[in-house]
Amino acid sequence: MRERKAQVWGLLAPTLFLMFAIGVVPVIYILYLSAFKYNVFSRVGMVYTGFNNFRKLVFDTDFLKSLRLGLTFVALCCGIELPLGLLIANLLTLEFRGKGLFRTIMTLPLAMAPITIGSMWVLLMNPDIGPIPFYLRKLGVEYNIGVNPTQAFFTTVLVDIWHWTPFVVLTFMAGLSALPKQPYEAAVVDGASRWQVFRYITIPLLKPVILTTLFIRIMDTFRVFDEVWMLTSGGPGTATRYVSIHLVRLVLQSMEYGYSSAMSLFLLYLTIVMCWLLMTFISSSQEAA
Amino acid sequence: MQRKTLRLALVYVVCVLIAIFTLFPIYWMFVVSARTKLEVFSGPKLVQTSFYAFNYYRPFFRDVYGRYLVNSLIIASGNTLLVISLAVLATYAFSRFRVPGSSNLFFWTITNRMAPPAVFIVPFFLIFTRLGLRDTRIGIILLYCIFNLPFAIWLLKGMIDSIPKELDEAAYIDGCSLFGVLWNVILPLAKPGIMTTAILTWIFAWNEYLFAAILTSVHARTITTGLAEFVTVIGTNWGEMAAVSVICLIPAVIFIGIAQRHIIAGLTFGAVKD
Repeated sequence: MRERKAQVWGLLAPTLFLMFAIGVVPVIYILYLSAFKYNVFSRVGMVYTGFNNFRKLVFDTDFLKSLRLGLTFVALCCGIELPLGLLIANLLTLEFRGKGLFRTIMTLPLAMAPITIGSMWVLLMNPDIGPIPFYLRKLGVEYNIGVNPTQAFFTTVLVDIWHWTPFVVLTFMAGLSALPKQPYEAAVVDGASRWQVFRYITIPLLKPVILTTLFIRIMDTFRVFDEVWMLTSGGPGTATRYVSIHLVRLVLQSMEYGYSSAMSLFLLYLTIVMCWLLMTFISSSQEAA
Repeated sequence: MQRKTLRLALVYVVCVLIAIFTLFPIYWMFVVSARTKLEVFSGPKLVQTSFYAFNYYRPFFRDVYGRYLVNSLIIASGNTLLVISLAVLATYAFSRFRVPGSSNLFFWTITNRMAPPAVFIVPFFLIFTRLGLRDTRIGIILLYCIFNLPFAIWLLKGMIDSIPKELDEAAYIDGCSLFGVLWNVILPLAKPGIMTTAILTWIFAWNEYLFAAILTSVHARTITTGLAEFVTVIGTNWGEMAAVSVICLIPAVIFIGIAQRHIIAGLTFGAVKD
């Protein structure tokens, strides 16, 4: 038996070692660095400053603005994608010819590299060559995401909708097809309207899937980087400077490793808390059901 | 009956609209990739009849993008191989034996996957510089395990859990060792699941951008980072950028053909099965 135990740890050892090296060590390193003032260009090297970086972080208006902007982006994307996805998935419950083809088309954006999606939309939105600014100009609308902050912000939302609404639709379609049939038959016997069936049967039954999807979408939109980086790099000004973009720009431009680490640690903490809260919420609502 | 026909018509209209919305950007990318510089700037015509193959030729054969493509292939395949070998061993242990802390496996997987990658760039940049792993393919292959390995373990666990334990026991009685059971019983039965996991892992590694952009400069650059290099101050060669995007898209499309049915289960950590 003891021999078996050693063998089991033998199976786990490489994974544990690797995950410790690339998953745990960096976090400890961030923790360590966040207590220092460490700029590559400064001649003094690392200077211990205790909690100074965190004090700076709490009063950093740029960071707080990027956090607010990021959360607005999350709310807007999820607020549009989920109802839209639910609506479409609910419409597509019936069988029809070409459903398989439709699903294949919907899967396409999910497999594409986010950076490709960014460059694809650059090709569409560029004021010199893109068809969208071209036709909008004919309608009398000047459209330039490199200049107009509002347009840039809503363009990133549009790209996210393009990228992830198919995911929401496919998830909800899978969830809907797994629902039991009896409640629906009972509702038809009782003469319930379409809206009533949707509101009082579909939504409650689909709740676990809806919450899981919402959770994944919240976390993914919060950490969005590639598409926005390719499309606007956070500009114009700070219009699309969401948290990840803000952090990367800070690292690349200022090389303030200590302060960046403090910010990283805070974001990591925020992610874990958000994950934990949402997952607790999901499991408690599943128990209640 | 009238109502049903009406509903079907509505469904088709909606489907066609969504399909156009989804496909048009991809179509436009193809169109731009087939145009000369002059055509690109002479107004956005929606139809393209000629094909300017030089956009595909020059970046890959006269420029660095051929090397980037090879790097991407090596990194994605190497990472998949590493992740799958480690994940199969670990999942077997998690699934069949009591491992302390394995109840936290799900939370660990989720947080590793959900954390913004930007958070890790400072420590990895410093650690990789010190260890001489910066701008090496092996460094990137190891690094991608941070999000792919927990994901693969989690996905495989559901699949290996569903293989009945009685089969293991029968094999033990026949004199199989621990590894014998893994090799002769688990692996053959879990093959389809392992294939799916491998494909998703490969796609995630192929698509990754931020780590590759920060941690590579010349030798280990991947195709995704190369794509971001196109936008420069002196102007962008739009045709070539579109062509590289198309090439970058192709493996994803091929794999989707194979693993389409599993992608939703993969992206929702098995919470929603298709």
